[in-house]
Amino acid sequence: MDKKETMIKAKDLVYEYRKYDEEGRERELIKAVNGVNFQIEKGDFVAILGHNGSGKSTLAKHINALLVPSAGTLWVDGIDTKEEERVWDVRQSAGMVFQNPDNQIIGTIVEEDVGFGPENMGVPTKEIWERVEESLKAVNMLKYRHHSPNKLSGGQKQRVAIAGVVAMHPECIVLDEPTAMLDPNGRKEVIRTVRALNQVEDITVILITHYMEEVIYADKVIVMDDGKIVMTGTPREIFSQVETLKSYRLDVPQATQLAWELKKAGLDLPDGILTREELVEALCHLN
Amino acid sequence: MSLKLEHVQYTYSPSTAYEIHALKDVNLEIPDGQFIGLIGHTGSGKSTLVQHLNGLVKATSGHIYFNGEDIYADGYDMRKLRSKVGLVFQYPEHQLFEMDVLSDICFGPKNQGLSKEEAEVRAREAMRMVGLSEEYEKQSPFELSGGQKRRVAIAGVLAMEPEILILDEPTAGLDPRGRDEILDQISRLHKERGITIVLVSHSMEDVAKYVERIIVMNQGEVLHDGAPREVFRHYKELESVGLAAPQVTYILHTLKEKGFGVDEDATTIEEARDTILRVFRDKVKKHD
Amino acid sequence: MIRDITLGQYYPADSILHKLDPRVKLVTTIAFLVALFVADDWVGYLVATVFLVAVIKLSRVPFHFMVKGLKAIFFILLITLIFNLFLTPGDVVLVQIWKLKITDKGLHTAIFMAIRLIYLILGSSVMTLTTTPNDLTDGLEKLMSPLKKLHVPVHEVAMMMSIALRFIPILLEETDKIMKAQIARGADFENGNLIQKAKNLVPLLVPLFISAFRRANDLAMAMEARCYRGGEGRTKMKPLIYARRDYYAYGVVVIFLAAIIAVRVVL
Repeated sequence: MDKKETMIKAKDLVYEYRKYDEEGRERELIKAVNGVNFQIEKGDFVAILGHNGSGKSTLAKHINALLVPSAGTLWVDGIDTKEEERVWDVRQSAGMVFQNPDNQIIGTIVEEDVGFGPENMGVPTKEIWERVEESLKAVNMLKYRHHSPNKLSGGQKQRVAIAGVVAMHPECIVLDEPTAMLDPNGRKEVIRTVRALNQVEDITVILITHYMEEVIYADKVIVMDDGKIVMTGTPREIFSQVETLKSYRLDVPQATQLAWELKKAGLDLPDGILTREELVEALCHLN
Repeated sequence: MSLKLEHVQYTYSPSTAYEIHALKDVNLEIPDGQFIGLIGHTGSGKSTLVQHLNGLVKATSGHIYFNGEDIYADGYDMRKLRSKVGLVFQYPEHQLFEMDVLSDICFGPKNQGLSKEEAEVRAREAMRMVGLSEEYEKQSPFELSGGQKRRVAIAGVLAMEPEILILDEPTAGLDPRGRDEILDQISRLHKERGITIVLVSHSMEDVAKYVERIIVMNQGEVLHDGAPREVFRHYKELESVGLAAPQVTYILHTLKEKGFGVDEDATTIEEARDTILRVFRDKVKKHD
Repeated sequence: MIRDITLGQYYPADSILHKLDPRVKLVTTIAFLVALFVADDWVGYLVATVFLVAVIKLSRVPFHFMVKGLKAIFFILLITLIFNLFLTPGDVVLVQIWKLKITDKGLHTAIFMAIRLIYLILGSSVMTLTTTPNDLTDGLEKLMSPLKKLHVPVHEVAMMMSIALRFIPILLEETDKIMKAQIARGADFENGNLIQKAKNLVPLLVPLFISAFRRANDLAMAMEARCYRGGEGRTKMKPLIYARRDYYAYGVVVIFLAAIIAVRVVL
């Protein structure tokens, strides 16, 4: 296999902020991200897992230069995010999708919202139209281009938000809990879209989530707890450690949990079963 | 003590081009002390239905009886109904407004006409019920974590001492542990206090572990109503309306089809484990 | 309640007016308002009526839809009518009821004022009914752009307007939701005197403000993440470019204004 290029690299990354009491006295110094090192290659699908407050969202905002490290360094496509004059290059190459679908759509019509990013970048009018069309096609929302975002379902709104980022032609998309406010159907739509972008358009995807079913397809999983990276590996490697995951306030898919319980009871099943099909097959092999 | 719905219909913007039948001929009875899961995808009418149960939305036609009394009868005291049927909305932390946790929880009881002292007694009791310790009383609700805020909001409804507690997706946006904690707490309320609970959710897996009865809504109609194991038997139909049965249901049905004698109606991981172990008992290796 | 007001609502239809550049429509509306105040006799009003009827016909918006907008200002209309009718002094007394007199001048002023108000509302509704809010803000931004030289933040104001337009329905829905949630907790938004009613709004307004700020914060971050940095260096997806029909429209407006002024000067 070819050696891949590096998309994102973090070295000893620290982000701290101060909490003040009502009189403005410093109460405590909080390290939301505390000495993180990792590297993500171009074209990868990486999932970052962690409970609420584990520092995963803070880390995500660094990749888009919305936050700048207190100590350590983060490179996005070779650019140090601390270089202020290159902040727009960072944001163009690493797009970001947020949790609340309503609070990130700016346009009153779907296609105008998708055009917002390219407009800001100063893309010529004719090219904006091309980009809007191809991005809406990529997320399968072209037929809604003249609709008002208010009339769309949660999953559709998130796909519009993704199209808005895709239209900026990024190398990489960071999705900060894009499915947390959606119902199961919306969640499926969004994950399917993201996977297609990764596989078809070869866009690097960094998916932040606490839904375990969504990380099964990732190339690499990073687990965070208390501002630190506590586990790294393939989904299979991660999910074979059910008890460790639970100690980080996380969960495993039902099939994995059931396999783990059966194994504990003495059945000879392989580690890290991810899907129900795998479990059924493993059970059939016992006979 | 029961809540009974007879032929309840609800139509948005009737006799216009935008007419939507949100509820179509819903007949239900919610007897005392049940733990019910109300399932349906977005737009199935489940949220509209629960807003009927405490009179926030009035049915276009049909009747609702609380303890035998028609709630649409002239002179019926809606405020009293609302204190008996507590409704916790989705993302209830968005309704918090007071300076400190205790005052916020007191809002409901005070509206019921209780004195400050009585309301505070109720509020402290409600805080215990949701597992919030006394140290939070004087804190600002806005400085708490997401899970804690949600507990404060649920306590705000519990402090009104409802007989029926309806929760609209109480775990939305919480992480797995936060979700389990809230659901365990609700389950404890049901067991220890005997409060009737209606849990609105779109996750079969969350619900299967706790409830004794599942009502499935689809396009404004009750599609299924029964014990979880009965409802999940229709897993193929559930799938066709955009809902999925728990993963264990699929696993057990596939095993059954392949000729293993498992009980395919098991709904929780524990039940599934036990029935699989029974079939595969000769394969179990004894630990040393 | 708030949704009932048709004034300012967009009515989708396929008409020449819908296709016109929003700047043309803004300028025309202003010209029409000026004309209403320039005209002071029957002939002038006849010209204005012909113009208005033509424009309404061209817009393909059903007339009854426009009249609905008038309902909202019915009271203002009635009060103006009554005041003008009874309080204008004149030479010839037409009717006298107790101490109230209706004079010839009073009748004249009352009728003109009423027509003026109705035309004013109808004229501006034609604009809002045929122009999407977005086009309207774009038009305003472009028309006002000379003010940028005077350091007026034209782009920022236009951006604020379009964001407000996007979030009004969301906040209305949110208000409804919070209201229901507080009613479920026994809140009362209907009974009590004015002071009590105002106090009862606290549980509604505090969460609403918090939510609005949270949304503003999220939105600012989302806009930054999508490289928004003000109007400088920005291109437009839908730039406003005058077509031939827009120049014709300007021509018609100029003729109309000239006619009104001519009537006033000549007669």
